[in-house]
Amino acid sequence: MHIIEAGNVAAAIGVKLSRAQVIAAYPITPQTPLTEKLSEFVESGELEAQYIPVESEHSAMAVCIAASTAGARAFTATSANGLLYMVEQLHWAVGARLPVVMCVANRGIGAPWTVWNDQQDTISQRDVGWIQLYCNDHQQIIDSVIKAFKLAQTVSVPVMVCYDGYLLSHTYMPFEQPEQSKVDAFLPAFTPKHFLDPENPGNFNTVTLPDIRLDVDGIMAPGYIEIRHNLQEDLRAALDTYVTIDKEFEKEFGRGGNPFVEEYKCEDAEFVAVCIGSLSYQLRDVVDIMRDDQVKIGVMGVQMYRPFPDQAITQALAGKKCVIVFEKALSYGNQGALYADIKSALYSSEKKPRIHNYILGLGGREIKTQHLLDALAESCTTPDTFGDSPRWIGLKLQE
Amino acid sequence: MVKRKYCDMISRSKPGPGDGGNTGSWRVMRPVINLEACIPVKTKKNSCFNCWLYCPDCVVSKTIPPVINYEYCKGCGICAEECPTGAISMVAEATPVTEEK
Ligand code: SF4
Ligand code: SF4
Repeated sequence: MHIIEAGNVAAAIGVKLSRAQVIAAYPITPQTPLTEKLSEFVESGELEAQYIPVESEHSAMAVCIAASTAGARAFTATSANGLLYMVEQLHWAVGARLPVVMCVANRGIGAPWTVWNDQQDTISQRDVGWIQLYCNDHQQIIDSVIKAFKLAQTVSVPVMVCYDGYLLSHTYMPFEQPEQSKVDAFLPAFTPKHFLDPENPGNFNTVTLPDIRLDVDGIMAPGYIEIRHNLQEDLRAALDTYVTIDKEFEKEFGRGGNPFVEEYKCEDAEFVAVCIGSLSYQLRDVVDIMRDDQVKIGVMGVQMYRPFPDQAITQALAGKKCVIVFEKALSYGNQGALYADIKSALYSSEKKPRIHNYILGLGGREIKTQHLLDALAESCTTPDTFGDSPRWIGLKLQE
Repeated sequence: MVKRKYCDMISRSKPGPGDGGNTGSWRVMRPVINLEACIPVKTKKNSCFNCWLYCPDCVVSKTIPPVINYEYCKGCGICAEECPTGAISMVAEATPVTEEK
């Protein structure tokens, strides 16, 4: 069924179709309409779930952790400072290997206070261990939520589904709503490998010692470092698993095939603009304008940021003349995080492209197509790098 | 694609003495049971056993009389708090205790 709705509603419908069993959330702009919609679904009985209103985001994640430990499909959503308020619990959820799914409507972080879009909130959480998926439109939001539940429960790692605040969360777009029966077939009920079971009492995530040791049954129990190594190995393997899940989804619903990056006119391109999120669709317009002037340029949107699909990215970018990375976030005191990650992925490739970094749109600063055009034109005609510091687009500094 | 067995390693254990390591070495205060005030001892019935139920390290036996395993008792005092007759007192470790050996 085709409907026209807001991005937050697309996410809520995705959660409903995925039959989340426990939802705990605290409202924060621009995520609020998503949680409101979910509470409506629960209230009306359309979604059979426990909706637990909490007094903070830290508690929201704590509830999801508890529910997930008991074996329930748990969901929450947040933005910006709300995400930061749950950080301690984010680490816990992934260390405990719980398949929680969370939507983040991307927003800038205070101080100074802002409610508008950039991506500093989730990018600053890239090292936590959560899987991070990013969406470019409403269809990708609803599809990614459903795939996220499947991925999370397959690899036992929580997944963040991120989409730009306002630009996607509050705008209306047409999208296809998958049929419930098909979603049920794709995402059947599951029993986690480890869960709280009164028939089989267990301690979870109690203190681990620096070294391995015998447990009460005389079985050698792993230490902290072994458990963390296992998480890293699972995350790397999750890349392959996500390809499989994406293929399965494509077979069932006819959409997919770009689990890691979404390319536009990249095949014969000498120059490739790279970014995360809805900006990649805006950049398509710029690419079209430049193509009219015979510039061989394309754009690549990164759809999965953690685990980092370094091989797919190297494959897509090695041999290009110049890669231009646009970011709505920054690793302060250094460079854009995506830029640094792409550079490191390309380090071992024979044909290293030049690579440029632009920071833009922080705190909702409007991104003008002309600005993108100017930046790309400059990057395409500069035969060298600009040095390693990012350039800023659209800054209005008083001389 | 290699099929991987995900989540093969987490911190999961059965509750039992020694699960938290050599917790007996943490103890500063030692719980000592006054058997004369202990309900199962007095009634010769399997009753009460609050100490057994509440001990976070599972080091009190569900026997008449209840016996504390000092190898792993960490001295938290929860058993003393939960004992309905006040039969358990916490004694400083520095004081030589020989009676319950
Ligand atoms: S003090 Fe009591 S409750 Fe605490 S560990 Fe020792 S026996 Fe158990
Ligand atoms: S809680 Fe007190 S009364 Fe009850 S069994 Fe233990 S020592 Fe005895």
